[in-house]
Amino acid sequence: MYDINHFYEATSVEHAVQLRVENPEAHIISGGSDILIGIRAGDLAGCDLISIYMLDELRGVSFHDDGTIRIGALTSFTNLAEDPIIREHLAVLGEAADTVGGPQIRNIGTIGGNTCNGVTSADTASTLLAFDAVMELTGPKGIRLVPLTEFYLGAKKVDLRPDEIATAVLIRKDHYKGYHGVYFKYAMRDAMDIATSACSVNVKLSDDKKTIQDARISYGVAGPIPLRARSAEKIVKGKLVSADTVEEFAAGALEDVNPRTSWRATKEFRLHLQREMARRCFVESIRRAGGSV
Amino acid sequence: MEVGRSAKRVDAFDKATGRAKYTDDLCPKNAYVSRILHSTIAHGRVVHIDTSEAQKIEGVVKILTCFDVPDILFATAGHPWATDPSKQDISDRKILNEHVRYYGDDIAIVIAEDYVSADRAIRALKVEYEEYPFVLDPIEAMQEGAPVIHEERPDNVLGHSTIRIGNYEEAIKEPGLIKVEGWYHTPTVQHAHIENHVCYAYEEQGGRITVVTSTQIPHIVRRIVAQALGLPWGKVRLIKPYIGGGFGNKQDALYEPLCAWMTTQVGGHPVKFDTSREETFVSNRVRHAMHAHITSWLKPDGTFVARKLKLWSDQGAYASHGHGVSQKGMGAFPQVYPCDNVETDCWTVYTNKPVAGAMRAYGIPQAMFQLESHTDDIITQLKLDPYEFRKKNCMPMGYVDDFSKNELYHDSFRDTMDKARIMMDYDRKRELYKNQTGPVRRGIGMALFWYNTAVWPISIETSTSRMLLQPDGSVNLMTGETEIGQGCDTVFAQMAADAIGIRTEDVHVFTNQDTDVTPYGSGAYGSRQTYVGGFAIAQTGKLLREKILKHAHSLTRMPVEVLDIVDGNIVRKQDGRILMSLEKLSTEILYDFKLSESIAAESTYSVQSNAYSFGVSIAEVEVDIPLCKVKLLDIVNVHDCGTLINPALAEGQVHGGMSMGIGYGLYETLLIDPKTGRVLNDNLLDYKLPTTMDHPDLKVGFVENAEPTSPYGTKALGEPPTCSPAPAIRNAVLQATGVGVNTIPMNPHQLFKDFSKAGLIESEEERQLRKKASGDLKDTVIHVIGEQETKTPIETKTPEFQPRGN
Repeated sequence: MYDINHFYEATSVEHAVQLRVENPEAHIISGGSDILIGIRAGDLAGCDLISIYMLDELRGVSFHDDGTIRIGALTSFTNLAEDPIIREHLAVLGEAADTVGGPQIRNIGTIGGNTCNGVTSADTASTLLAFDAVMELTGPKGIRLVPLTEFYLGAKKVDLRPDEIATAVLIRKDHYKGYHGVYFKYAMRDAMDIATSACSVNVKLSDDKKTIQDARISYGVAGPIPLRARSAEKIVKGKLVSADTVEEFAAGALEDVNPRTSWRATKEFRLHLQREMARRCFVESIRRAGGSV
Repeated sequence: MEVGRSAKRVDAFDKATGRAKYTDDLCPKNAYVSRILHSTIAHGRVVHIDTSEAQKIEGVVKILTCFDVPDILFATAGHPWATDPSKQDISDRKILNEHVRYYGDDIAIVIAEDYVSADRAIRALKVEYEEYPFVLDPIEAMQEGAPVIHEERPDNVLGHSTIRIGNYEEAIKEPGLIKVEGWYHTPTVQHAHIENHVCYAYEEQGGRITVVTSTQIPHIVRRIVAQALGLPWGKVRLIKPYIGGGFGNKQDALYEPLCAWMTTQVGGHPVKFDTSREETFVSNRVRHAMHAHITSWLKPDGTFVARKLKLWSDQGAYASHGHGVSQKGMGAFPQVYPCDNVETDCWTVYTNKPVAGAMRAYGIPQAMFQLESHTDDIITQLKLDPYEFRKKNCMPMGYVDDFSKNELYHDSFRDTMDKARIMMDYDRKRELYKNQTGPVRRGIGMALFWYNTAVWPISIETSTSRMLLQPDGSVNLMTGETEIGQGCDTVFAQMAADAIGIRTEDVHVFTNQDTDVTPYGSGAYGSRQTYVGGFAIAQTGKLLREKILKHAHSLTRMPVEVLDIVDGNIVRKQDGRILMSLEKLSTEILYDFKLSESIAAESTYSVQSNAYSFGVSIAEVEVDIPLCKVKLLDIVNVHDCGTLINPALAEGQVHGGMSMGIGYGLYETLLIDPKTGRVLNDNLLDYKLPTTMDHPDLKVGFVENAEPTSPYGTKALGEPPTCSPAPAIRNAVLQATGVGVNTIPMNPHQLFKDFSKAGLIESEEERQLRKKASGDLKDTVIHVIGEQETKTPIETKTPEFQPRGN
């Protein structure tokens, strides 16, 4: 039995936005895998909820004419992992989605929720960041596009206005075409866990597979929000694929991370992992892109 | 023979289809619900609780606080009552406590019509405390000036026991001895059974209170409820339906006394208390964390000369099972490897932490981690072989323990070790994994375990069974022993079937214990029920047979001596002819105008023996050193638990125990905030129970050396499987890396510390210093070690990419 004060069921995106305008204090609920925990724990007890769960138009993955991939905000982790477009073009994202919680959570949890709850450990968030994804937010004045790099404002704080809902995540063609990557989730066990720290890398090699044309690396739980390690990216851009480049990349990654000591892990251990993950992810991404170290 | 067959569980279909009724299924729909207010300080006194706001909340029925409860101290430990006051459990808590002794202590309750109202009221209660200093470690709690947790024990020591054999101080003077010593630390862990403790209570006519509860020990909890409320024992009736696991947490009175008291405060209306998972972690019971220091003195050939153990056991805030747990752990020490000169001390010490009680194998998982880790430390230091060393030194056949009079009737340790070695290809792998280099290495290790069956002679080992012959020839069986998921109803049915001469399918086990109806049995703990219950069933079956055969004589005119009961028929032994079915006999006799009798038998057996149940684990691991991760590749447990009553159930029992041992060794620990005493990971996300993804296939082997004291040749298997996996894994990691990890769980946090200390990985700080000095960015410590070796005996693997980071 959950302590919910009012429950509003949105019947369309417009209706959802209208409910947001009318009930600025209300929380949005889609799958509920975070919200219901908050209510049970008492933090959100007695809250008002706006459900967007019935908005099927926000589910699924599709292409825009320019090749941008559009992921509906209510697409579940399971559907994401199994989607043919994701498998072909954004395989890493599917792999990341498949590491979330257990099967039940992956069936109910959504990519919109995973980004909008603003937590640093979200498995899809760091991966989307390494794709330079853009959030599509819909409010009374229409659509607002915010790059994910700017969407995160602080721990559990995102740039979602009180009258908006997230309607999609967009990934431009030039951000995924030719890139190969991996997601490394470091957790204490092999299922039903959140990341101690996580790393996502995408690499684009030259045609002869000898040179790093571009590399992107992002982390979860390396700071209060998912973050990019741009120093590492700059260091390797245009460099030859080699063991030394890998080491420079791994060392460079640490320039931008800022993990903290909590009871879940020490800063020292997280730093150690972050370098090791950067190294392993980079090597594996190069391998997947057809190169070898 | 029904015993020895993998008969289908008698409750399989009911459980698989959801028809089996558990406590919450039976609770009346109109029952009030309740929530407990737990303390938010680790030590202090409740000065005042302001209930005024909470009282106003709609749906609240009654709010009761620590100032309202009966002024009675009671003991919660699930032991049979001791009539000798010096042997009784320690009474040190009330139903709700004004003197708060840990963060999470029970200080008030809200009774309400529904949980939303109850939760709102809990949040609206305002508590004023007087805070005291607190202490979270047993060794610190023994120091002069430490906070006093119970006034009756100013030194916080609940118990101190010793064993003295020979003369340790004299023995160590022998020249040429090698000294090996080490500290070993085991964590606080929780049982994490699926069904949280739940109970409800109501009053009936005459002021009798009925408590329906998820417990392992119905007859014992009935007594404790009566004591806590100051009632005659007969005023309390306790019913135990099916329960979803206990592992010792429910071998304690948990919230039954509270629930029974609550119903008396609301006119006898049913009141339910359903523990949340968070409360299960914090405010039920946990396994005792222990610190141990072991010193061994040996001759260079590996002969023990003298040994010393010092053991500190963390009791937490209340006595519960208390000192018995560390005493049991200490008791194993001089037995596994007998030695002429032994000195041991153990202390059980109060701390301001969650209460430690019984948990699967009662001190022995701690003891085996300490002992068997130390054994491999000896082996490493003396450059001996782990198998040969154990074979040379472990308890020999024919050993008799002075205290319990237990005798080792078979060569259990050596038999099980030999079987496990073959199952794991141990000798070859041990050789193969010598002298490895590189970041990913493998190892194989072993550990023995010692266990005994039931609790004699520390407490009574009494069991009763009742058998009622039905008109169709089937038999209804009742015992005081409880099915808690382990399958005892099924093995009891098999035993009864053999005792009487009918099929297992024709034994109907009354699974509920209802203290108004079911005869006395002490319940599910101490791996006792199959062994102890077996005596009562064999004896009662014999009584029932005698009655049946007497009537068979009347009906068939054959002498009793030539009659037998086979497969539910009266058979003439001489020619095997079936003279009549049991169904015909039973119906005839019940409705006969002259002979009419409802054929039944009941008897109690009090066992005065306690059988050794030994075995071994062998584990094979792969350690990814830079990731600080241990992957368990393969593991076997081999047990000598006597004759198997039901091989399939026995194997399942071992699987579950091994899983718990794996969690103990690699994953689980209840974390406590040193600043506040609060449990940090009171949920199944942050408390890292291993999942199926973290297990290899679990291998199980049995050596069936029949136990001569048991009518069915059986002995302990409930708890033993969880005793030895952790040290076996630890010893495998030691072979792989050269690092003996002496603090479990061996999770990445611990390995990061230990590998850093051993120079296997470099900290970021050290790397930065080196970078400044040389400009070298590479993380080369491992490679340096690798380069020193000219040949690698096995191919060392480069870390493979695995997205889940293992």
